Amino acid sequence: MRKYVYKRPEVFTDAITTYCGGCGHGIVNKLMAELIDEMGLQENGILVWPIGCSCLSDRYYDMDAYMALHGRAPAAATGIKRADPSKCVIVYQGDGDLVSEGMAEIMHAGIRGEKFTVIFINNAIYGMTGAQMAPTTLLGQTATTAPAPLGRIVDNSGYPVKMAEILAELPGVIYSERVTVNSPQRIIACKKALKKAIQLQLDGKGMSFVEVLSPCPTGWKMAPTKALDWIDDEMTKVYPLGVIKDASKEAE
Amino acid sequence: MGKKEFLQGNQAMAESAIRAGCKLYFGYPITPSSEVPEYYAKAMIERPEEGITFIQAETEVSAFNMVAGAVATGHRAMTATSGPGFSLGQEAVSYMSAGDLPGVIVEVMRPGPGDGEILASQGDYFQAVKGGGHGDYQTLVLAPYSVQELCELMQESFELAEKYRNPVILLSDATLAKMRESVELPGYVEQKDPASKPNALRGCGKNEPHKVVTCGDGPVQWEEFNARLQAKYKRIAENEVRYATYNLEDAEIILVAFGSMARVCESAMKMAREKGLKVGMIRPISLWPFPDKAFEGITGKKFLVCELNAGQMVQDVKLAVENKRDVYFYGKLGGTTPSPKNVLAEIEKLGGESK
Repeated sequence: MRKYVYKRPEVFTDAITTYCGGCGHGIVNKLMAELIDEMGLQENGILVWPIGCSCLSDRYYDMDAYMALHGRAPAAATGIKRADPSKCVIVYQGDGDLVSEGMAEIMHAGIRGEKFTVIFINNAIYGMTGAQMAPTTLLGQTATTAPAPLGRIVDNSGYPVKMAEILAELPGVIYSERVTVNSPQRIIACKKALKKAIQLQLDGKGMSFVEVLSPCPTGWKMAPTKALDWIDDEMTKVYPLGVIKDASKEAE
Repeated sequence: MGKKEFLQGNQAMAESAIRAGCKLYFGYPITPSSEVPEYYAKAMIERPEEGITFIQAETEVSAFNMVAGAVATGHRAMTATSGPGFSLGQEAVSYMSAGDLPGVIVEVMRPGPGDGEILASQGDYFQAVKGGGHGDYQTLVLAPYSVQELCELMQESFELAEKYRNPVILLSDATLAKMRESVELPGYVEQKDPASKPNALRGCGKNEPHKVVTCGDGPVQWEEFNARLQAKYKRIAENEVRYATYNLEDAEIILVAFGSMARVCESAMKMAREKGLKVGMIRPISLWPFPDKAFEGITGKKFLVCELNAGQMVQDVKLAVENKRDVYFYGKLGGTTPSPKNVLAEIEKLGGESK
């Protein structure tokens, strides 16, 4: 009797991802694929992808998918979910997409309590377009539009935006957690958070939100291993990990 | 004959949309289109058996994208807006065109530019007809001139959108939207199962996935992608031209007008005929595809194009006659609408003398 201890998720196509070495997107994409298999989401699920590094992600999955305009994924997902509330709609967005271009869309989806799941990849930089500043870029962190020696400065660009906390303030958001993927234990914790967020949607609760602090060695101009450390040393100080809100019990 | 009712343009149009099976409305209130979201909001509460969903979006940007998402599932959905809101929606109109999404958008024109005014105008002709968003795309644009036609073309918009899997713009204006007329509302349209429609997002299981993707994948693929869209536009242009003609047989002066301005011109034409002036009219109903063929073979006449703008459709008329005919223009700006007498005076200036 053969016993599998590991296999490639079935929902994955044969496509090879275009992510850089050491990037967190690929890890989260794989966790999603595992959950799609484990939770049987292929049958009734629709993935809504953003513009950014993950804008080719639809081709990694044998799943119905909608590749939204920059920032508009929560609005498109609202249309999809309202048209057919029986579908499991998973929205995936990066920081440029969710926090900058699409701040109105995510906030109002949360205000309305749209019953879908949002996975937010926060890597504090614009990866695809070449390491420009994101609204989540840390103070002093350099980017091509926040160059050395100062990096991001408050007087010019304000402070990094803490989306998991902001959205947790909205009654329509039932669950908000911040996780990361810089160690095996944390990858397991990330998967647990994603599973909970998707399950809450399947249970018909409000919006569930998971922010993932994700390494971007290319954008940060660091070795991949150093990028993993940088999440601990710098990012988690601004963006603390943990469950920020879990109102799923009260909602019962 | 069915029952005649005395109804406001916006409201009659909204009811026609519901009866066309459009049970999803996403919109942001803006004068002079706000009775449409109000109608849907009320219908959602008062007619639960019809399963109507109304969402007041945070912006037109979102409203148009909600429509795009909803129609991607095979359900009918629409929004209605005006001027500034229509501008905000252009990004999504471009997207829907690229994504083969049958979104239906009502643009109730008001005079711009900028914040503008809330009166009647046709100043958004270019934006609707030439594509206000980015890239090479076309949307069908239908221009009714009565409340009755507003209702009929509202329903037809959904049929055409799904037939070609392309967005359709129903181009109304403040006059058509706000005026009340006797109207026979169109009936309920039988609906197909949304999941049976081509590429409707529904969850694929082990079958071929359905995807709405408008991201290019290199120059070869993207050129092919664009060529496929252009082939679709060619099919539409060949098959969906709509226009009406009036008194062309003996006309010496031919008015060309659409929408509410065509109503004024219709009256002016009648007044001119009573004075013995040989005046006819061409009324484009599909503004894209533009009815070039309405102008074919007409020689030795003067065309007087009348619009509530600084001269927009007149450019398409000149293209239609390849600049080989006498084309004159009369326009009013800023939300003012001329009376038939004003148009008659323009006709008389062109030398149409009483006989």
